[in-house]
Amino acid sequence: MVDSLETRRQELEAKLASKRKDDEDKAGDDGGDRKGYALAVKLSSEFIAAVFVGAILGYVLDTYAGTAPWGMIIFLLLGFVAGVLNVLRSVGAVEKPKVGYSSKED
Amino acid sequence: MANDPISQFQLSKLVPIEIGGMDFSFTNSSLFMVATTVVAAGFLMSTTANRGLIPTRLQSMSEMAYEFVASMLRDGAGSQGMRFFPLVFSLFMFILIANLLGMFPYFFTVTSHIIVTFALAMLVIGTVVVYGVMKHGLGFLKLFVPSGIPGVLMPLVVMIEVISFLSRPISLSVRLFANMLAGHITLKVFAGFIVAMGAQGALGFMGAALPLLMTVALTGLEFLVAFLQAYVFAVLTCMYLNDALHPSH
Repeated sequence: MVDSLETRRQELEAKLASKRKDDEDKAGDDGGDRKGYALAVKLSSEFIAAVFVGAILGYVLDTYAGTAPWGMIIFLLLGFVAGVLNVLRSVGAVEKPKVGYSSKED
Repeated sequence: MANDPISQFQLSKLVPIEIGGMDFSFTNSSLFMVATTVVAAGFLMSTTANRGLIPTRLQSMSEMAYEFVASMLRDGAGSQGMRFFPLVFSLFMFILIANLLGMFPYFFTVTSHIIVTFALAMLVIGTVVVYGVMKHGLGFLKLFVPSGIPGVLMPLVVMIEVISFLSRPISLSVRLFANMLAGHITLKVFAGFIVAMGAQGALGFMGAALPLLMTVALTGLEFLVAFLQAYVFAVLTCMYLNDALHPSH
């Protein structure tokens, strides 16, 4: 009797373990999809925002300083650079800048 | 309600107000902002009014929201960041409740207008800049000057850092706005397919089950996005506040 209970318990444990693994796999897949979507929106918004800011800065500079079209050209390119930097930073490929300044508390 | 997927975002003036030639009308968007505030404040106040040591279900929901934001802020900006807790918690609750209210049929989604999300983002960045300058003075500008850069490259790198900083409110607001707008349009388009296919006789009626399934699935996804975007907004707020507290970091 004790033997059969023991074997039944082991069987149940094995079943539960395989079921848990399945569930985890499934959850992992779902999480992956959702994370992928969130990441895509995050990265594209980082990139587009920087290009957009560059273009606006260039346009405003051109309008007030009369340097058209050079401000637009240069700042749009800088915007692309900043966009790439933003994206690389948010995926952690580039470290946050280490700044030479330290606050009074530190 | 019209069938095209965009009309759900149309503003309508409920109480036209004009002050000095400027339009200050109370619109349906304003109505739902008020509703969001009332719901958020009402929920938090009513659930914590008769608080006990052993929380009821609703009380523990409020406590979970509090703990969630508090630990997020502590992780993101350190214990010094806790002075910004009221700001971050209000932002999180406002966006979350606004997103969730938008999930009701015929309700207006406040956060699907970029001007609303941009105002929220500017509030965050404004706080970062004002507090950073107040606390560190001109030292805050060192945020834009990485150390160990050759002098020749300095102007270029500073320009890039400035653009990168200025792009933050835009990416913050665009992310929230785009998610809500895109989600609600997709939902409406798929729901429109059900009606359009259902009108095409028996075969179409059977086929309409597919977009119906899709709509149900998307509704679940939208609830997830509603929460996720409020979370993302709050996390990034914590990150930017961290810059204001420790520009050296």
